[in-house]
Parts: sequence; structure tokens; C-alpha cells
Amino acid sequence: MTFFRADAIAIHFGGIKAVDGVSFEVEKGEVFTIIGPNGAGKTTIFNLVSRIYAPTAGRLIFCDEDITAVPPYQIARRGIARTFQNNELFEHASVLQNLLLGRHAHKRSNFLEELLFLPRVKRLELEHREAVEKVIDFLDLQPYRDSLIVNLPYGVRKVVEMARALCTEPKLLLLDEPSSGLNVEETGDMAFWIQDIRDLLGVTVLMVEHDMSLVSAVSDKVLALSYGRPLAIGTPAEVQSHPDVVRAYLGG
Amino acid sequence: MRFLFKTRYEQDLGLFRDDVQRNCYVALLAAMVALPFLMPDFIPDFSLVLIYGLCGLSLMVLAGFTGLVSLGHAAFLGIGAYAHVYFSQTLGLPWIVSVALAAFVSAGAGVLVGLPALRMTGLYLAIATLAFAQIIQEVFNRWEAVTGGLKGEAVERPVIFGYSFHGDGVILGASIAYEDLAFYFLCLAFLIAALWLTRNLLRAPTGRAFVAIRDSEIAAQSMGINLALYKTMAFAYSAALMGVAGALFAHKIGFLAPDIFSILLSIQFLLMVVVGGLGSLHGAVLGAIFVALLPVAIGEVREGLPDWLGHLFAAFGPQASEAVAETVDRFVKQPGLEPGIFGLILVLFILFEPQGLYGRWGKIKLYFSQFPLYKRASFRRQKSYMRSERLR
Repeated sequence: MTFFRADAIAIHFGGIKAVDGVSFEVEKGEVFTIIGPNGAGKTTIFNLVSRIYAPTAGRLIFCDEDITAVPPYQIARRGIARTFQNNELFEHASVLQNLLLGRHAHKRSNFLEELLFLPRVKRLELEHREAVEKVIDFLDLQPYRDSLIVNLPYGVRKVVEMARALCTEPKLLLLDEPSSGLNVEETGDMAFWIQDIRDLLGVTVLMVEHDMSLVSAVSDKVLALSYGRPLAIGTPAEVQSHPDVVRAYLGG
Repeated sequence: MRFLFKTRYEQDLGLFRDDVQRNCYVALLAAMVALPFLMPDFIPDFSLVLIYGLCGLSLMVLAGFTGLVSLGHAAFLGIGAYAHVYFSQTLGLPWIVSVALAAFVSAGAGVLVGLPALRMTGLYLAIATLAFAQIIQEVFNRWEAVTGGLKGEAVERPVIFGYSFHGDGVILGASIAYEDLAFYFLCLAFLIAALWLTRNLLRAPTGRAFVAIRDSEIAAQSMGINLALYKTMAFAYSAALMGVAGALFAHKIGFLAPDIFSILLSIQFLLMVVVGGLGSLHGAVLGAIFVALLPVAIGEVREGLPDWLGHLFAAFGPQASEAVAETVDRFVKQPGLEPGIFGLILVLFILFEPQGLYGRWGKIKLYFSQFPLYKRASFRRQKSYMRSERLR
């Protein structure tokens, strides 16, 4: 069975080929990293996978299902969650509310029940809360439960965003630059968490990252992109020493 | 400072934060029940406040919680009012059924506006709803069979389960019109019910989804929220509340004419939610109090100000005094003064108190709870460049 596969996906914005025939396969239970210089199309691939963009060509297969034409809001229900490069949190809500929103894909109550807040709604809410608390414990977010996002420092927001993605109970987690804007210590924590997410929660991670120390610490496989084209794929060490990758980063 | 010690998850799900807060609301309810007996002269004004509270709540759900600004909410009020009058008077349906149907018709109209509005945000949406309101007003004008057209339509007093109230009486030494008193309590019951329902919705997944759409559509989508469905739902719910408010409003004004449901009324509703404080239920009610009582206050000033200023200038001789009084009188009796003042207040609030009256209340509370450590900077607005603008 195929866990996740991108089949020659491409997206063109006018004449610009942001992603131009990229294929890769992610196996269940691994950390797969996409690297590349600025503008290589890494985040665009994420936006294609989470269906914010529709690909010009190619197919996306997730758990043996073609998800190329699935509506964007259905993606979370299939088991794919994501974070954003520059944090897309719900800023005027508390951490708890943000995380509970991560449970939306598991919503089972209907409008009328909620309007009257029937006992069933309350029971479901408590179930969601239990699930959220597990994630809070996992990522050590206890002190921030009731703070508003606007009042939190950037590093914590990054963790909250990852927590929110975990609350959807994903099979595949997309992390868009988890270490951007973090200091060395926070990046270290992030590396441990990504490993824990893979080993303890059994979630497959697809990530875009620039910090090479983080990439080589956690990745099982690395894909290097440049101008929307794949350069190399392999273990972190193989890719880092690949002559095309070195040329793309350093020129020459 | 007081810390809330939470030991159970249910505490975050309750209607009230803790017993203290609940008791405060019980006290408030008691005050609301006592109010008409204490100030019998103002009962009609208070009823209007309560109806406006419903309107504010309606727009708050849409603009304050879902982030969809509507400049045409008076149209939904009108639809509710005309539908109610049509169902209860022309078709002779029972009062409560008629109100429910008015809410449904209005909600249907909300869905109709909501559908094309799904692709629009911000200013474009505001313009679209404005256009909708103009169209609806024209429909009120022309569809004489149902609305009575420009001649208007008289509204009978409500008959609920066979009861209707009339006559006067003396209660606690004040003479009170029973009709007004009963209507006040009717409005109060509707407002409390609406507040309860809305609060329920907001503490459940649907309400959270609304807030998510307001704060980041793209993240909301990635969390599995169907934007089209929830935006339509917000429009429908908001319009339904407005429909109920419309039914009560029809009885309040006693005579329906198309020009009542104009853009000016829509702007008053917007004023309510902005002045009250976007994104809070308290704000909706505070804004309603403000907007409903402002014309009363302006009226008082209009009567009193010229003479008062005239007295002030009496020291300069009777001629000066009279001249001042006359000039001021001419100024305050300008016909366009009221909308001007409304507009000015709206601008001032957006500039200086974007979180509205409820935000100010929160700041005052924080000042006392943190005294003497309160910092003004806690509320300074920061420009944030963290969010990705590329995707919208």
C-alpha cells in the first residue's frame, strides 16, 4: 500500500512553473524533509498537498486514495494536518480554543444540538477536551492554556500551532519550517518533539526546513528542490553532499 | 487579584465563569425586572433597547465573531417585520408561530445573501449587503399586496396564547400602561433566550469555527472547516435573530413603512457592534443601550442646551444671551445632525477605542485587579507582520 505519493505534480502561475513535475514517496512512520533555496517551491508543494492550490498536472495519493480533487476542508478529515510558515493561529482566541479547533475534523454534534447545548454536546466537548489535554501534556503547553495567542511569544506560538495540528489526530503531519524564528535552544526542543511525534505518536512527518542541523538530526529522507525541480533524494548525508545540491546553494 | 482555581474540565464549559459571575447576572436580571416599575416613563425606550439588543446580537454574530461585515442588516429586520405582520394579520396565524416563521423567512433571505457573499470579504461584502438592502427596500415599496407599499401598514398589538394587554394601572405608586409593561417583558424574554442560544453556539464547535473563519480563513480550512457552509450558517443565524427582532420591532413602532428600514438603520446597527466592542456578547448589549438611548439624550440636549447656554451668557446682557440661545437653537435643530453625530462617534471609537465599551470595561477591571501595577502598554496595538499575506 502507498502511504503518501506525489506523482509528477506541477503547478504553473502564468508562465512561472513554481513546481514542475515533482515526484516523491513518503513511507509510513518516517520524517521526510524537503529542502531547497528560497523560491524553490517547498511551501507551494505543501499548499498543493493541503489542497489550497489545485495542481496543474500530476496526482497526489494518500493511503491508496487519490486526493487530488478532494475539497480543502476534507483534507483534515482524511488525516493530513499542517502548520504554516508564519503562524496562522486564531489570534484573538485562547490557546485552548485554538487547540479545540484542531478537533473540528472530529466534530459530531449538529447545529441544533449546539444551539441548545444538549448533554450530548457537553459530553462530546469533554471528549475533545481530553484529547486536547493529551497534546498539551505532550508538548508542555500547560502554562499557556488560557492565554490569548496575541499575548504569547513567537516561540510558544510555533509550538501551539504544532499542537493544533496534532489535535486533529493526523496520520501525516506537514510542518512548514518548524524552526524559523526560533532560537538555538527552542530549535533543539523542536528536534526532540519531531522525533517524539514520529516515535511515540507514530505520526509520519513531512517537513520543509532550512536549518541543516535540525534536518540531519531528525530526517529519514531528504528531497532537495531548486526552481520547482527535484535535484536529489536520499538520506540527509547523501543529499547534502550531492554536487547539484551544493551548486544550487552555493552557485558555481 | 483573584485567581480562578479550576479542578474540572466542566468549569470551562459552563454558562458562567463561576458562582460570582452567575450571581451578578441574577442580580442584573432582578434589576431588569424592577426597572420598568422604577422608571415607568421610559418603558417604551427600554423596550427599544431590548429589541436593539437582539439586533446587536445578530450583527455581532456575523461581524464580531465571523468577521463578515454587513451594511444591510436593516433589510433583515424589515423582512422579519413584514413577514410577521403578513403571517399574523393577513393570514391570521398564532403570534408565536408567526414570529418563528418570520425568523425562518429572514434566515432564508440570509442564506440567499450569504451564498454570493462567500467569495467576498471586507469592503466588497459590505457593498454587496448594502446593495441587497437597497433591493429589499425597493421590494417593500413595490410589493403592495404583502407590504402595503408606500402607504405603509398598521400593526396590531400582540395577542399571545389568546392574551393581550391593555389599560392602565397603578403599581407601586406609578401609573403604568399594561400594554407597554407586558411588551417590555416580552422583549426581555426574547433577548435573554437569544443570548442564551448564542452563548451556547459560541461555546460549541460551530461558534469556534466562526471565530476561526474571522481570524484566519486559510487555517480554518486546513482544520477541516467548510468555509462555505459555516459562512452561510452565520448569515442564516444572524438573519434569523434579526427576523425575530423585526417581529418585535413591528409591534414597537406600530406602523410599517419601507423607509424605516433604510441604510441609516443598518449603520446604526454597525455603530452598535463597534461601539459595544466587536467580538463580545456584552458589547452587543452595551452598544444597543448606547445607540437606543443616544437619540433620547440628543433630544434632551436639543431642548435644554440653547436656554442653558443663553443663561450662561446672561452676564453679557439680555441681547447677547438671546442671540446665543437663538444661534445654538438653529444649530441643534439642523435636520442632519443625528446621523452626523452617529458617524462622528463611530469614527472616534474606531480611532481611539477599537475594542469598544466592553474593551474599556475590561481595561477598567484590569486596572483595579492589578493596581498599582497596571501598564498602559498592555493594550497598545502592535503591528504584526507575522502572518502570511501571500495566500489570500
